[in-house]
Amino acid sequence: MDFQDYYKTMGLDRDATQDDIKRAYRKLARKYHPDVNKRADAETRFKELGEAYAVLKDPEKRAAYDQLGENWQSGQEFRPPPDWGSGFEFSGSGFEDAGGENHSDFFDALFGRGAGAGFGSRSQRGFHAQGEDHRAKVLIDLPDAYSGATRSITLRTPELDATGHVVTKERTLNVDIPKGVREGQRIRLAGQGSAGLGDGRPGDLYLEIAFRPHRLYKADGKDVHLELPVTPWEAALGATVKVPTPAGAVDLKIPPGARNLQRLRLKGRGIPSKPPGDFYVTLNLTLPPADTEAAQALYKKMQQDIPYNPRANLEV
Amino acid sequence: MEGKKLTGVLLDDQVRLSLDEICEACSCRREWVVELVEYGILEPLDAHGEEWRFTGVSLTRAHTARRLQRDLGVNLAGVALALDLLEEIEALRRGLQTR
Repeated sequence: MDFQDYYKTMGLDRDATQDDIKRAYRKLARKYHPDVNKRADAETRFKELGEAYAVLKDPEKRAAYDQLGENWQSGQEFRPPPDWGSGFEFSGSGFEDAGGENHSDFFDALFGRGAGAGFGSRSQRGFHAQGEDHRAKVLIDLPDAYSGATRSITLRTPELDATGHVVTKERTLNVDIPKGVREGQRIRLAGQGSAGLGDGRPGDLYLEIAFRPHRLYKADGKDVHLELPVTPWEAALGATVKVPTPAGAVDLKIPPGARNLQRLRLKGRGIPSKPPGDFYVTLNLTLPPADTEAAQALYKKMQQDIPYNPRANLEV
Repeated sequence: MEGKKLTGVLLDDQVRLSLDEICEACSCRREWVVELVEYGILEPLDAHGEEWRFTGVSLTRAHTARRLQRDLGVNLAGVALALDLLEEIEALRRGLQTR
């Protein structure tokens, strides 16, 4: 198992005071809270932080941890010393504020499995508790939101086995992703979280929908955007061009005199809903290269025949 | 378990949830949800109706409120502010992407 440098996790020196530890925890918890920080590693960082704080805020646990010495590096292969734990008593309480359920193997080896969650002491007869809710992110492609899809999701959840030990179980679920989902929406699967204790009902599973980046489309709520390259003559004279949408190609009428970056709307061609979203096409004017004599001659003819100064209002 | 297809409930603005359903899903008491409504964190569809109805989006907001309160010790005025600002950041981020 890997050594965890709790001081490094919290950005503290080993001689930090209990007040320093509390302040650092509050500051970093705000920064890495997964509801606030959208970076992919925020949840991991937040959990590591919770574990570090659980140890360092408790003077008994901190003293025991400090006794390991400061020569350990984070990630270094670690085995508890033979005399570990002698002279210390861990009360195993006061963990509820740091999401103290899923600690690292390192934590479990030092302070005992379930020291935080208090499984062992609570699972006596007559105790009932609702199972924990779980959250997971599901990546789908934007076209899946138009048609619906099925996704297979593998979850690793800690569970209690028959002897009361915590074991990590892998479960694979096939989940229906309904047509019309949008980025950030949640699907609730009742009863698919952790099992309850005693007669407690199981927790729920919440899946958050995220879209994989798409080569062509970008979603904004239920609206979908596409950048469409057009020629100067299509923009100037108007044209009907074929445009891809996740539901199939459609004919788009470009009005005469269209400008670069102008946005055209295909009503109701966004993500299906009641009412459906819209599909927006942003025109991206591209110039044909003047790499042949014929092309250069045409550019020269435009220069002569079309009086046009795009810098007229720069007053130079 | 494998092979079986599970269908969940999409928590969108079409779904309707009662006060008790929100309480059950959040493992919280009715008083707490009433407070969320008083702070404008949740908005029942018909605030003056006989029985409150919420959309699925409200459940997601209630969950986030619960975590912010539990993990960061934010009071409900702070939760309301955080949720509004998070929503604004999300809208700005999407605007940047699709500009």
